[in-house]
Formats: sequence, structure tokens, C-alpha cells
Amino acid sequence: MSETAETSPQTLRDWLLSERPQSRMQARLGRFYMIWRRFTANKLAVVGLVIILALLFVAAFADLLAPYSPTVGDLRTTRLLPPGGEFLLGTDDQGRDILSRLIYGSRLTLYVVLLVAIIAAPIGLLVGTVAGYAGGWVDAVLMRITDIFLAFPKLILALAFVAALGPGIENAVIAIAITSWPPYARMARAETLTVRNSDYIAAVQLMGASPTRIVVRHIMPLCLSSLIVRVTLDMAGIILTAAGLGFLGLGAQPPLPEWGAMIASGRRFILDQWWVAAMPGLAILIVSLGFNLLGDGLRDALDPRGSNQ
Amino acid sequence: MASLDLTQTAGRRRARVIKFAISIGTFLAIVATTYLGLLAVTFFIGRVIPIDPVLSIVGDRAPASTIARVRQELGLNEPLYTQFYIYVSKVLQGDFGTSVLTTNPVMTDIRRVFPATMELATLGTIIGSLIGVPLGVLAAVKRGSFIDQTVRVIGLFGYSVPIFWLGLIALLIFYARLGWTAGPGRIDVVFEYTFTPITGFYIIDAIMQRQWDALRNILSHIILPACLLGYYSLAYVSRMTRSFMLNELEQEYVVAARAKGLSESRIIWRHALRNAAVPLVTVIALSYAGLLEGSVLTETVFAWPGLGQYITNSLQNADMNAVLGGTIIIGSVFIALNLVSDLLYRTLDPRTRAR
Repeated sequence: MSETAETSPQTLRDWLLSERPQSRMQARLGRFYMIWRRFTANKLAVVGLVIILALLFVAAFADLLAPYSPTVGDLRTTRLLPPGGEFLLGTDDQGRDILSRLIYGSRLTLYVVLLVAIIAAPIGLLVGTVAGYAGGWVDAVLMRITDIFLAFPKLILALAFVAALGPGIENAVIAIAITSWPPYARMARAETLTVRNSDYIAAVQLMGASPTRIVVRHIMPLCLSSLIVRVTLDMAGIILTAAGLGFLGLGAQPPLPEWGAMIASGRRFILDQWWVAAMPGLAILIVSLGFNLLGDGLRDALDPRGSNQ
Repeated sequence: MASLDLTQTAGRRRARVIKFAISIGTFLAIVATTYLGLLAVTFFIGRVIPIDPVLSIVGDRAPASTIARVRQELGLNEPLYTQFYIYVSKVLQGDFGTSVLTTNPVMTDIRRVFPATMELATLGTIIGSLIGVPLGVLAAVKRGSFIDQTVRVIGLFGYSVPIFWLGLIALLIFYARLGWTAGPGRIDVVFEYTFTPITGFYIIDAIMQRQWDALRNILSHIILPACLLGYYSLAYVSRMTRSFMLNELEQEYVVAARAKGLSESRIIWRHALRNAAVPLVTVIALSYAGLLEGSVLTETVFAWPGLGQYITNSLQNADMNAVLGGTIIIGSVFIALNLVSDLLYRTLDPRTRAR
């Protein structure tokens, strides 16, 4: 097996783009390489990827990167200092370094986004694939429920949920997750309907696979790529909703450096110390822009047909 | 022959009437279940809330007998489905309970604040559509050009920016620094005694009463939040317009129109846009619904005395009746707008009628 790599003076690129892949792994890698090439052809998408990677990096190494403590400031000497000099982005009304707070806040943002995605996407996937595969009244009931949730105002419903559950970052996550699964269910159902009657599903059925096995092993994997794209595109919306809840005082509670809550506390000083509210807003803008660009790029790379929309 | 033909058409007509009745029936059933679902969710929220409704009325020092009596009066001893039934019938009569904060019935409060939100969201939608549709058309026609890229960036920015933050920055720049617009609120305090609202839509009220000074002041107050919401809807509308137009411009009738020698602008605006207009109506209706929702955050920033601010104020005071009442109202408008867009789609698109 190993002589294929030695005997032919191929470059890695040729090997990846080979018309006749020698192994399943080569075929898979080749496909990934094609997607990667389509993805990197889109400059904006690469910018988005860089932003998200930077966010991950900052969140992972917040302890090392942050120059000051995110929760404790010096009220006597460092209150509401303008950007520049010792404090790069200035300080807030508690004398805390805004940059450090933003750096630690990236963890909260990631936490919310990932948790919502982990809760909402599987629910949507399960509901959609089961409805699509089962058909009949199961489909009707599940899709009716989905439509009901789809017809709700998301932010308002999340507000009401958090109001009932009590403010806090976990409750905000639950509230956002409850309101954001329906589009995934719709999408997964549509994908399921397109593959349900295909030959390979019939083959698996003939081999005696149970419906559970068919849905989990043979239908769900096919829905994954479009689901991932959709979730990435939605992440910006999740960040904005979470920031909105934080802004209204319903998300993360002080002294946690949540970006939306930081804008809310900086609001009182907007006229004279604009940076206190402006900087966290910029952070939210950059990160959600990153997710939007990344999602757009992923969609174009994975599904060239839908790139018009 | 002729009589046969007649019976045939009569039969077909009857079939069509039956079909129509069935479609109306399913339609109404869908509306009813959706609305019932909304009420079920708000009912559920009202029950999981950790505040005991009885204690919030009688206080925690009340004797056990009083607590039991109030429990009975509130119907909390009934089984859950009876409670839900009572809840639904109350809501359908417009009874959302009493607001703890304002001590008014929630419905009265909502009736007072709702026009402010409607006025803002309507103006926002108008601004968003008037700018968004032409931008989207331009982007589609000049695909890949500088204009297309600009529209794309404008849209992306609109999707990514926290609207309440943008509102704060806009206030800082246009009100505090430049002084071009009026600040938060709907109207200056000066006009409080000279200007009497009739409909609650201040712009209309001012025009009706020919109070031009007040109108100028009102417009100066509304322009910032309306532009902000307008931008929010512009991002969505322009993106969708572009996608619909791209789809239309690929069609064969466009080629045919070109071959016929029609001018390019006529093809774009009279032929392609007309066909794209059908799904666009749906998009604009949905963006209107989105603005009603977006108004919650915008109103907080601009101290706009609308439904959004009412809900957030009630939230901060644990006034659940008011919160849930507001949620139901916005949810109802949402459902209604979904319906209207669906109906408009059916009536505007001849293809859906033929089937």
C-alpha cells in the first residue's frame, strides 16, 4: 500500500484530487480538500473563520491574555479612564479594565452559543427526522408543534421564560434553546423527505434494520452538513439574543463580564464616557459578523446550489 | 351537449366550492391550534414561575384560612385542564388580569401603549422597504459589482449589530453631539398640555389637529428609532429582494422581453420585480413582525412608551400578568401577520389560485 506514495512523484494536492482514490480515507480527505478550496476562495469567509478562531483562542487563554482582573478594579484611581495609555480600551465605573472584561466575556459568549447549539440542534434534528421518516399522524403532530413554535416571537418568548425561571445565564440559555429549535426541525424534515424513498434506505429496510437504526444511522448523518451550516448562521442571532437579554438584566448577573450587561451598565455614562458602552458593543458586532461570514462561506462551500440566497 | 356541459361546469363549481371550504376550514383550524399553543405556553410559564400567586396577593403573614380561600377563588384547586380552560376563556375575553405595577387591568395598559409601538414599527417597515427593495434590485441587476458588495456588507452589518447598542451610539452622535434630532421619548414635555392624543398614533393625531409645531417635534423624536428599526428590516428585505430578483432574471420571459426590444429598466421594474413582488410581500410582512419584536430593545433605549418598554418595565418588577399579557398580544400580532402574508401570497400569486 505504501508504494503508491513512494513510486509516483505525486504532490499532496494531486493525491487529494485523485480521480481514483485508493482508500476510503483518501476519498474523504479529497472531498474535504475540495470543500476547503471552495471555502478559502471566498475571502470574506476566511475573515469570518479567523475571527472565530481568534475568539476561541482568546477564550481559551483568557487568564494569560487579560492584563487585569475582570471583576476587581481600583475605585479610587482608575475609574472611567478613557482608552489609551495604561488601559487600552479604558475602564468602567468600577475602575475595571474593559479589555480584560471583554477577554473574559468571550468565554461567556462561547458558553451561551455552544450550549444553545448543543441543546437546540439535536432536538430539531430528532423532531425533524422522526417526523419526516414516520410520516402520517406523527409527522402532522410534530410539524404542527414546530409551526406553533415557529409562529412565536422568539425574543419575547425568551423574555417571558427568563422572567418566569429567574434571571441568570443558564436560564437564558434554556430560554433561547427552547425558542430556536423549530427551524432545525423544519430543515431536517425536508432533508429526510428527499432521502426517505431512495434506494439505499429501501436496501437497509430489506436488511431488517429497525426504524430507529435507519433514522439514527442512515438519515441523521445526511442532515448534518446543512444543519451545521444553519447552526453557524444562527449563532450570530443567538449571540444577539443573549446580549439583548443581558442588556435587559435577564442574562448573566454582575459581576460577570457579559457583553450585553456591560453595555447596559455603560449606558448611564454614554454621553461623557462613551467607551464604556461602545467597546462591548463592538465586540458583539465583530463576533457575530464573524459567525455570519463563516456561515455564509460554509453554505457556499458545502452547497453551491443555494449560494444565491 | 350543452346541458351536459352545464352539469359538468356546475359539478366542477361545486367541487371548487367544497375545496375552498375545506381549505378555509384547515386554515382556521391551523390558526386556532397555533393560538391555543401560544396560550398553552404562556399558561405554562405562568405556572412554573417561582412566585406563588396566592402569596403575592395576601402576603406571607396571612392566616391559613385566608390562603385556602384565595386559592379556591383563583381556581388553583381545580385540575390543570380546568384551570387552562378558565385561562383561555378569560384571555379570549381580553382579560389578562391586573397589573401589579400600574394597578390597571393589563388590557387597558396595553391599549394605551400599543399605538406607540405600532407607529414605530410601521414607520420602520416603510423606511426599510422603500430603501431595501430598490437596493436589493440594484444588487441583483449588477451582480458581483461594487453596488452588490456594498449592499451585502450593509446587510451583513445589519444582521450582526446589536440593535440596542446601535441605538445608544445613534443617540450619542445625532442627539448629544450633533443635536440634529430630539432625544428619547415621543414628544417634548412642552407639548404635554397643548397636544392631546386621539388615536395614540401621534403623527396622525398631529396632522388631524393641524398642530404643525407638535408634528415637527414628534417627527424629530421618531426619526432615530424608526431609522434604526428600518435599517434592521432593510438588511433582511434587501437580501431577500436580491435573491428573488436573481431568480426572476434567469427566467425565460426576461430573455423574451429583451428579444422583443424592451428597455432594460422596463424589464427590471415592470416585469421581473412584479413577479418577485409576490414572495416579497411575505418577507415584508414577516419583517414587520420582526420589528414589533425588535421594538422591545429599541424602546428601552429610546424611552419610547410602547409595548416593549411596558414589558421590560413589568419584567423588572416581577409583574407576570403584564409580561404574559404583552407576550400574548405580540404573539397574536405575529400569528396574524403570518396569516396575512400567507393569504396575500395566495391571492397575489395566480398559480396558487389555479390549483
